[in-house]
Amino acid sequence: MYTFSNKLKIGSLILMALGLLGMGIGFVSAPSTVDEAKAMVAAAHDDGHGGGHGEAAAAASHEPAAHADEAHEADHDVHLLHQLQNRPWAAVYIAAFFFFMLSLGTLAFYAVQRASQAGWSPLLFRVMEAITAYLVPGGIIVFVILVLSVLHMNHLFVWMDPETVAHDELLQGKAGYLNPVFFLVRAAIFLGGWIGYREISRRLSLAQDASDDNSNFKKNFKWSAAFLVFYLISESMMSWDWIMSVDPHWFSTLFGWYVFASMFVSGITTIAMVTIYLKSKGYLPDVNNSHIHDLAKFMFGISIFWTYLWFSQFMLIWYADIPEEVTYFVTRIEGFKLPFFTLLVMNFIFPLLVLMNSDYKRVNWFVVMTGIVVLLGHYLDVYMMITPATVGDQWYIGIPEIGGILFFAGAFLFWVFRALTKAPLQPARNPFIEESRQFHY
Amino acid sequence: MASKVIRAFYDDDDVLMHAVKKVKAAKHHIEEVYCPFPVHGLDKAMGLAPTRIAITSFLYGLTGLTVSIVMMNFIMIKDWPQDIGGKPSFSYIANMPAFVPVMFEMTVFFAAHLMVITFYLRSRLWPFKKAENPDLRSTDDHFIMEIEVHGDAADLTALLRETGAVEINTVEK
Repeated sequence: MYTFSNKLKIGSLILMALGLLGMGIGFVSAPSTVDEAKAMVAAAHDDGHGGGHGEAAAAASHEPAAHADEAHEADHDVHLLHQLQNRPWAAVYIAAFFFFMLSLGTLAFYAVQRASQAGWSPLLFRVMEAITAYLVPGGIIVFVILVLSVLHMNHLFVWMDPETVAHDELLQGKAGYLNPVFFLVRAAIFLGGWIGYREISRRLSLAQDASDDNSNFKKNFKWSAAFLVFYLISESMMSWDWIMSVDPHWFSTLFGWYVFASMFVSGITTIAMVTIYLKSKGYLPDVNNSHIHDLAKFMFGISIFWTYLWFSQFMLIWYADIPEEVTYFVTRIEGFKLPFFTLLVMNFIFPLLVLMNSDYKRVNWFVVMTGIVVLLGHYLDVYMMITPATVGDQWYIGIPEIGGILFFAGAFLFWVFRALTKAPLQPARNPFIEESRQFHY
Repeated sequence: MASKVIRAFYDDDDVLMHAVKKVKAAKHHIEEVYCPFPVHGLDKAMGLAPTRIAITSFLYGLTGLTVSIVMMNFIMIKDWPQDIGGKPSFSYIANMPAFVPVMFEMTVFFAAHLMVITFYLRSRLWPFKKAENPDLRSTDDHFIMEIEVHGDAADLTALLRETGAVEINTVEK
């Protein structure tokens, strides 16, 4: 049985406290009136917010052409206010979603292992189950943020504002799907399905250890296969709802896959890092470097898969150069050059070169170091999905963003390691446990 | 002077693996093992040096990547400038996304083909080459371990018999 060390517990609580402070500073320092917003921007750049009208950033939201100049100017100021007010919300939402996504990616990986009846991985099931325990608090937090968005506490999702929809034919056309009530109903169904599967599978996994036949194992297999079908559909829809709809005019047909690749690789990385941590503390004695090697192979492979999807999305849009599509990347390349290209280096070139060598995939510190870069890279990936449409040219990775990361990192660590203490780290009666123990490559 | 070798035949890869470990532990030099299919982990058990083909593959990949960049730059930008996707920038870097599939394919093409050729050269294989395996059964359902004999052949034979060999031949080479 794993005991949650005090050092780690206090560490995660400190992270949460620091994070709360950071997020609090973000909310307090956000402007509440148009004048304050203008003053903030004027103070930030000496020349004021001149020229350009932040066209790229604004392109994603409402810009009805028929407005008189003065009204347009006022519109623009309100837009600026909303962007600045969005920043702390976006910081919280991105971090909340990112850590939720680690859990969800792990759940998908776990279900794949269950459904394929993989022989190498059962030793790691308890680690995966602990990581997916965070689905409950993480999912609730994300859901609360979505509810607050629907209640107009923020302007993350412009299509939720009836005023905006009234002036926007495209949004009116999408209103049958993209309306606040259906949006929340869908979110509840997705979360209910994922959390439900997680709880059922965990229960069957524990029951398998206590029983004297394999019926629980077989049931788990069936649930996992069914879950994967549900997951692939719901995950794709979730990515349209929770992420793509911050740019409600823009769409990409492989967006769901792209988000999936991101969460899958982040989840696998988290499994590898938690496993290596536990091993370094003397737990999981039967996990050998072949298991780490396999996880690192997945990190390597799915990083390339992520790049493949990222590039497939980018290249088609870049090539066709259709204004309503290409605005997505124009915004990012013009306003976010550094994070946009940095995340490609962190998520593709770095893991590609570092994890290419077979021997390096067995070296723990190599895997951890790559894992840290990959996780930060995928945080940046989520950041780049949300920020350009919500915060626009007022973006900056500062106290609110780092506060968000720290808070949710703390909560994630606390919940995951607390869940690890609740069951023996090694499944006792999984039919493949012996194969997993003997796993050598 | 002709050397004397013992050929031990096995009919199961697990038995073979254990036999190889035992023979190695008894400090005999295994010259070669002939198998009908690749046996996982046999190279490590025999103590063969790790393959360096991965390094060559990486270098070939880099070569392919370079060739593709130079090639696409020459074809699409220099020799006959093309208007790609309605963006007549005539610059390699501005058109780079269009070339990525070619860069990828050429990297894979070079790495794969040159790696196979390297493997053939290194293993001294070429078309119509006469097979080197001492017994036809090693292409069917038998594994043959070939061990050089130094000193007492009877001891070695006994050891091999103990490891589960189904047939043991002593041959003058």
